[in-house]
Amino acid sequence: MSVPILKQGDVLIASIQVAQTDAELLALRDRLTGQVGDVRARGVIIDVSALDVMDSFATRTLRAIAYSSRLRGAHTVVVGISPEVAFAMVQLGLELGAVSTALDLDDAIAQLEQHRKNERRRE
Amino acid sequence: MSDGRRIAINRDADIVAARQAGRELAAEAGFKGTDLTLIATAISEVARNIVIYAKYGEIAIALLEERDRRGMAVVARDEGPGIADIEKAMRDGFSTGGSLGLGLPGARRLMDEFEIESRLGVGTTVTMRKWVTRR
Repeated sequence: MSVPILKQGDVLIASIQVAQTDAELLALRDRLTGQVGDVRARGVIIDVSALDVMDSFATRTLRAIAYSSRLRGAHTVVVGISPEVAFAMVQLGLELGAVSTALDLDDAIAQLEQHRKNERRRE
Repeated sequence: MSDGRRIAINRDADIVAARQAGRELAAEAGFKGTDLTLIATAISEVARNIVIYAKYGEIAIALLEERDRRGMAVVARDEGPGIADIEKAMRDGFSTGGSLGLGLPGARRLMDEFEIESRLGVGTTVTMRKWVTRR
């Protein structure tokens, strides 16, 4: 099942609904990176709360989405990492690198807002 | 070993099937919350190694019942090319497949027991166990 991607203002919101195969995660990466340019998005939010695990492949793919989106002008925030998944990621030794995280959607939107303000200040 | 399940692994959808079967069986064994996710994540890593490096293999999961403890065993078996240097393969960040190199060492940290046997040209068998902690 492909992940629905919603557009809210200049933010893309990908809400993962069920466990994803590696191929499905790669397809999400490609669709998101493409759409960032198509709609000139400044922010990307990925809700992973329905993912059963965040293993090394899922983590690597989220990092790839964040880096390629940034190269296309958008900041990525991952939301919905459960305590169980967080603990498993720590044990595995996984790091999200430069990917921002937030507890929920409201928090993610506030973060993007802040990020935008900081960017404007720099301009 | 009592009852269990075998899942043939040869494409990426099988990785999801194996970790979900593992989570179900782990719940039956009496594992709770975080442990279910740790087990599912470890299975995901070893199953992916089969798909990436060996193409075909299987994962056998079984409940373990001993006199004073319960647990679960996961055996990932393939007849792939084998691992040339197991010591290196167990090191964080080492990969010949373009990955993060955390699969095997990470799976070892997620489970209680971890053994790996590999012969070049013959295949690789990873055996992992986890025990239900009494609270």
